[in-house]
Amino acid sequence: MWREIWLICRKDLIIERRARVTLIQIVPTVLLVLVVFAFALDANPSLLGAGAGGLFWVAVLFGAVLGAKRSFDIEAEGGNLDALRLAGLVPAAILWGKAAALALQLVLVGVFAAAGLLVLYSVTVHDWLLIVVAGLCGMAAFAICGTLYGAMTVGLRSADTLLPLLLIPVAAPVLLAGTRAFDVALGTSADQGWSWTALLAVVLVTYIAVGWAAAGPLLEDA
Amino acid sequence: MIETPEPDLRQQAQRAGSLSMTGSVATRVLGVVAIAAVGVMALLALWISPPDAVQGDSVRLMYVHVPSIWVAYGGFVLTAFASARVLWRTRSGVGGTYGVIADRQARRWDRVAGAAAELGVLFTALTLVTGSLWGKVTWGTYWQWDARLTTTVLLFVTYLGYLALRRLPAESRARARRSAVMALIAVVNLPIVHYSVDWWRTLHQEASLNLEPGGDRNITGEMYWTLLYSWATFTVVALWIGIHRYRVLRLEELAEEASLEELLAQRRDEQAAGR
Repeated sequence: MWREIWLICRKDLIIERRARVTLIQIVPTVLLVLVVFAFALDANPSLLGAGAGGLFWVAVLFGAVLGAKRSFDIEAEGGNLDALRLAGLVPAAILWGKAAALALQLVLVGVFAAAGLLVLYSVTVHDWLLIVVAGLCGMAAFAICGTLYGAMTVGLRSADTLLPLLLIPVAAPVLLAGTRAFDVALGTSADQGWSWTALLAVVLVTYIAVGWAAAGPLLEDA
Repeated sequence: MIETPEPDLRQQAQRAGSLSMTGSVATRVLGVVAIAAVGVMALLALWISPPDAVQGDSVRLMYVHVPSIWVAYGGFVLTAFASARVLWRTRSGVGGTYGVIADRQARRWDRVAGAAAELGVLFTALTLVTGSLWGKVTWGTYWQWDARLTTTVLLFVTYLGYLALRRLPAESRARARRSAVMALIAVVNLPIVHYSVDWWRTLHQEASLNLEPGGDRNITGEMYWTLLYSWATFTVVALWIGIHRYRVLRLEELAEEASLEELLAQRRDEQAAGR
C-alpha cells in the first residue's frame, strides 16, 4: 500500500517537474491574488498587515482549487484512472498518492505566498514554528479536501465551475483556523495560536478518516 | 448499457395517466391539510399570538424562521441517512459495478436523498431570509457575522453544491454514489464548521451586541403553542412537497430511461384517445 502511494505521488511529481504547471501557473496566480488584494484594500499597509494571515490562506485556497483540478485533469484524459486500477492499484492508494503530491505542491505554493507576504505586505514573523506547523497542517488538509472533490468531479463537463463551489465551503474551517494561527504568528492578534493549530490538526485527522472511507466509492466510479 | 425501467414504476406512471402527474388521492388530501394548516398558522402567528415585550411584532418572524431551520436540518439528516443506504446498497460486488443502478432500493434511497436535500436547501434559504429580516428590525442590519448565521450560510452553499453535483449528467450509479459521498462529507464537516465558526465569533465578537435572538428568555403561553403548531405545519408542508419531489425525480428517471419508440407509442396512444 505505502509503495503504491509512493508510486502515484512520484508519478504526479514527475509530471509536474516536466510540465511545471504549479511553478509557472499556480504560484504566479497566487502571487497575483496577493497583489490584487492590495488594490482592493487601497495598498493600505496597516490594513494589509492586519489581514495578512487571512489573505495568505485565501490565496493558497485558490491555489488548492487550481491544483486539485490539475491533479485530476491529468488522469481524465485517456482513461488513466481506469488504467491505474487495471494495473492493480487500490483506490485508496491512488487517492492518497495524489493527495500527497498535491500537498507537496501546495507547500511550494505556500512558501512562495509566504515570501510574497513578507515582501509585499511588509509583515514580521514572531513565531516561525507556529507558521510552519499551522502551514503544513493547513496545506495537508487542503490537499486531502481538494483530492476528494477532484475525484468527485473528474471527467464531469462542469468540473471547472463546480469544484470551487464544492471545495470552498468544506475548506472553511481550515481557512478560519489557519488565519487565526497566522495572525498570532505574525503578531497581529493575541489569540491562542496553538489552539487554532490543534483545531487544524483535528480537521486534518477528520479529513484523513473521511478520505479512507470515501476512496473506494469515489474512484470506483470515476 | 441501459436497463429496462423498474416495472412497478412504469405501472405506477401509467396509472397516474401521464408522465407529468405526481399526485395521488393521499397526497391531494395531504396538500389540502397542509394549505389549511398554513392558513391557521397565519391566523395564530399574525393575530392571536401577542407581540413580544422586547422585540414587538418582529417576534412573529420566529414562527417561520425556527420551524424552517428545523425542517431543513431534518432534510439534511434524511439526506445523509439515505446516502448511507445508497452506498450500502451499491457497495462493491452488489448490484453490478457500472452503468445504471440495478438495485431498486438503492434507486429509491437516491431519490429520497435528492428530494430531502432540495427541501433542506429551500427551507435553509427561508431561514436565512427571515433571519435577515429579523436582524434588520432588531440589530439594524441584515447581516452580522454571528456564528450561527455564518454556519447556516456555509451549510446552504454546501448543499447547493450537492444539488449541482446531482444535476450533472452521468450514469445513475456513479452519480448516486458520488452524491452520497458528498452528502456524508457535508454531514461530517458540519460540526467542524459550526464549532470553528462558533469559536471564531466567541473570541472576537463585539461585546456591545447581543446576537442571540430572543436572548435567554423562555417562550410561554400562546407564543409557545403557536411555535409548536408552526413546527407541525412546516413538517406537513415539507412532507407534501417532498413526496411530490420524490415522484418528479422518479418520473424524470423513467423519462430518461424510456426508449424513444416507447415514448412515440405512448404519444400516439394519447393522440388516439384524444380523438
